Amino acid sequence: MRILESKWRRHRLESLKKGWYKFSRNRLSVLGLCVIVMIVLAAVFAPYLTPYSEHVGPYLAFDEAKEPPSVKHPLGTDLFGRDILTRILFGYRLSLLMAAMVIGLSAPVGVVVGLLAGYFHRTWIDRILMRITDVFLAVPGLILALAITSVLTPNLTNAAMALSIAWWTWFARLVYGVASSCRSEFFVRSAEVLGERWPHIVFREILPNCVSVIFTKISLDVGWAILAGASLGFLGLGAQPPTPDLGSMVADGSKHMPELWWMAVFPALAIVITVLGFNLIGDGLRDMFAIEEL
Amino acid sequence: MRPTLLEIDDLHVEFPIYNGCLKVVDGVSFAAHSGERLGLVGESGCGKTTCGRCVVRLVKPSAGRICFSSKHAGKTVDLVQPGKEEWKQARTEIQMIFQNPITALNPVFTIRTQFKTALQFVDPKRRQKKEYLVRAATALQEVQLPDPRRILKSYPFQLSGGMCQRVCIAMALASEPELLIADEPTTALDVTVQEQILQLLDALVEEKGTSLIYITHNLGVIREIAHRVHIMYAGTIVESGPPRELFSNPLHPYTQGLMNAVPKLTADVMSRGIPGSIPDYVKPPTGCRFHPRCTVRLPICEQTRPPFFPASEDHKVACFSYQKEA
Amino acid sequence: MDRVSFSVESRETVSIVGESGSGKSTIGYTVVGIYAPTAGEIYFEGQNVAVPVTKRPKSIKRDLQIVFQDPHSSLNPRLPIGKILQRPFKVHAARGKNKKGCGQRVIELLEQVELSPDYADKISSTLSGGEKARVAIARALATKPKLVVLDEPTASLDVSIQAKIIAMLYEFQQELHLSYCCISHDLSLMRNVANRIIIMYLGKICESSETEEFFKNPLHPYSQMLLSSIPVVLDEEEKMKPQKIQASGEIPSPVNVPAGCSFHPRCVHTMDICRRDDPVMGEVETSHFVRCHLYSQQGTEVVR
Repeated sequence: MRILESKWRRHRLESLKKGWYKFSRNRLSVLGLCVIVMIVLAAVFAPYLTPYSEHVGPYLAFDEAKEPPSVKHPLGTDLFGRDILTRILFGYRLSLLMAAMVIGLSAPVGVVVGLLAGYFHRTWIDRILMRITDVFLAVPGLILALAITSVLTPNLTNAAMALSIAWWTWFARLVYGVASSCRSEFFVRSAEVLGERWPHIVFREILPNCVSVIFTKISLDVGWAILAGASLGFLGLGAQPPTPDLGSMVADGSKHMPELWWMAVFPALAIVITVLGFNLIGDGLRDMFAIEEL
Repeated sequence: MRPTLLEIDDLHVEFPIYNGCLKVVDGVSFAAHSGERLGLVGESGCGKTTCGRCVVRLVKPSAGRICFSSKHAGKTVDLVQPGKEEWKQARTEIQMIFQNPITALNPVFTIRTQFKTALQFVDPKRRQKKEYLVRAATALQEVQLPDPRRILKSYPFQLSGGMCQRVCIAMALASEPELLIADEPTTALDVTVQEQILQLLDALVEEKGTSLIYITHNLGVIREIAHRVHIMYAGTIVESGPPRELFSNPLHPYTQGLMNAVPKLTADVMSRGIPGSIPDYVKPPTGCRFHPRCTVRLPICEQTRPPFFPASEDHKVACFSYQKEA
Repeated sequence: MDRVSFSVESRETVSIVGESGSGKSTIGYTVVGIYAPTAGEIYFEGQNVAVPVTKRPKSIKRDLQIVFQDPHSSLNPRLPIGKILQRPFKVHAARGKNKKGCGQRVIELLEQVELSPDYADKISSTLSGGEKARVAIARALATKPKLVVLDEPTASLDVSIQAKIIAMLYEFQQELHLSYCCISHDLSLMRNVANRIIIMYLGKICESSETEEFFKNPLHPYSQMLLSSIPVVLDEEEKMKPQKIQASGEIPSPVNVPAGCSFHPRCVHTMDICRRDDPVMGEVETSHFVRCHLYSQQGTEVVR
């Protein structure tokens, strides 16, 4: 509810300017942000950036296969004559989609569990929720995902679901820490003295204070989710051929190292750059969300 | 006249922020003499802590000079851009005590370890562990802490605020500094403990002949401990003088406003505070920084920063209105 | 807290003064229901309200409000002020209250504490200490309470801002017929603000009297020690303080309360009986109560 519409816009603009200033003081974070923006743009505009869009589908051209990097194919071609640069650009789409699905499924669940356990700190609700979280934490995420995808049909959606099953626990843990420390803050006590009910306190008072932590974690997690997705792809449990998946491209290429080195190295570099980009913005995000003490 | 120990001349400190530069300290000049106790008083944001931190080089000034006559270096050292050797020799002669004693000590090390680090720094010659402990125990006895051995073995969280502050004072005085800067050392403590710490500081500083710069916002504390007080407002000094005289006869409108607002045991009516609010440090007012809130401002106050006008031998005030009336 | 009894009349300001570990904040929190008392009763307008706040009826929640000690953490740092000030109206509204009414009431509240309406959209972490204190007071006043517990309302504020807040609180008391229970460690401030002063030490009340009487004639040794330690600014005030008592020792931890009178290890007038027996509260002069063996022969015992 905005009391004075025009002033609200001005305040929002001020906050954005301040936030950008704080973020931009970290040079590496700005570099990371540039990398991420380029990757996202590349993924979105992939069909327009390359003349070889049909190479992502079933395409065979053995006369052009196994070519090293050249002017025509800047990153070379693979076993079937498909342009590797094109497949990487389209592979980014898949990777980003995978990350979005994993985080989109796990973050809400984890955040709600963490908030409830944190607000009802030291009651039976807290104990039950946190013990469930502990159980899921005890199982290595990737191995659980492997087990699940090997039972179901291997495809992108199933791989994302399998990863989310263990991924939510980290959100729960993180938000639990913030929520339980907020619990004893004076503004939560004020709300209780006023007579507020717990849904309001949990979602309208405590949640805004967790937002900074959640968004920082989401930004860092995108890189890790891409890596996890690539690992599943490497083992053949992600998207199936001919759909380009960065992990499976590395897997296929690694069999032909070192003669056809470009088939493995470039997709691997693509993964590394993406994960690095997301990791670098971590410091900037932390500074951006920090509350200034006057 | 005692020799000058520290001289600050036209100090300016600026911090860049997203929409410009915060001009936190804007032309502060004062001097501390050997054995003198100085008070820097002002409200939050006035720049008093920043001034103190400039002296120990925790903050870099953007302009101005800070000259310190160092015994070890044998000459006057410029603390803004000192030479490496000079600073190494001079820094053991300046010590600082901070506001919250429990957080001023490292929570994961015992007092003994922290003391040893402090002493080793002051006296780089490698000595036996026992010697450090003896020196530390002596220092703790000087600050009237009972059972120094138990305290040396403890961690900061096992001690109360008052005891931690005594430990900090002991560590600061162990190096026998010429100048001690105390940044609100009793703000976080209870009233009775504050009284004890003040008496302790008073006695120790008197005994060792150390100069003291006491930074606080509490006027009553300054009256008890300082020989001379500088009242700061928005990065400038507005009035200086002996505390008792200054408080019973405040001349600057800001000081008068403060004195009217302080609650007193005599139950004199408390004013409604000083109208207005502290200025924006990014675009501070021209001329006298207090003029937007001043009830007796003159046209010249908006254009020129008032210089100091002497009221009596020791008491001076930076106000054109005062000069007009005098 | 141990056997604490006191009362607050309508339009009165009762001040509870003590150092750390005295239990003064605990009393305030118990009155508003953050803590439930282990034993004893709290009567508000005749009704016993000695239960946690979640179990209290809405009318009591409306009438008993609190302003917390640290304005920086008593406001949610991520929310805009308008949202924070709306909540009292939304929680205690009669059915069918429309949104427009809320917005207008928020603006009125802001004007009451001398903040311009465009503060409603500012995020609370961008405000200064004095502004936050005013918003916290505005929030407490929104439900038109009868008793407001003020937990060190100006402890972290500068002198000139403190004066403004105190003047504002006084005006509200006159206009809105409020009673205050003011918790503080600053006796000079309470001299100017309170009708009645209660001194606490380690969870027990040492002395309780009208303000003027207390400052003219402090009876308990701890009260004298407190008064003699206050830093004052004028020579006249210095003369009013009792003779300087060497404040010795530190406040013991509330876990380890000394036997007999809890103050005896630090008291200059300790007698044998002080080490054995805990003194009882006695009325030494009209409305001036002390818990001390020095006066137990003089005064009449207050039957609890």
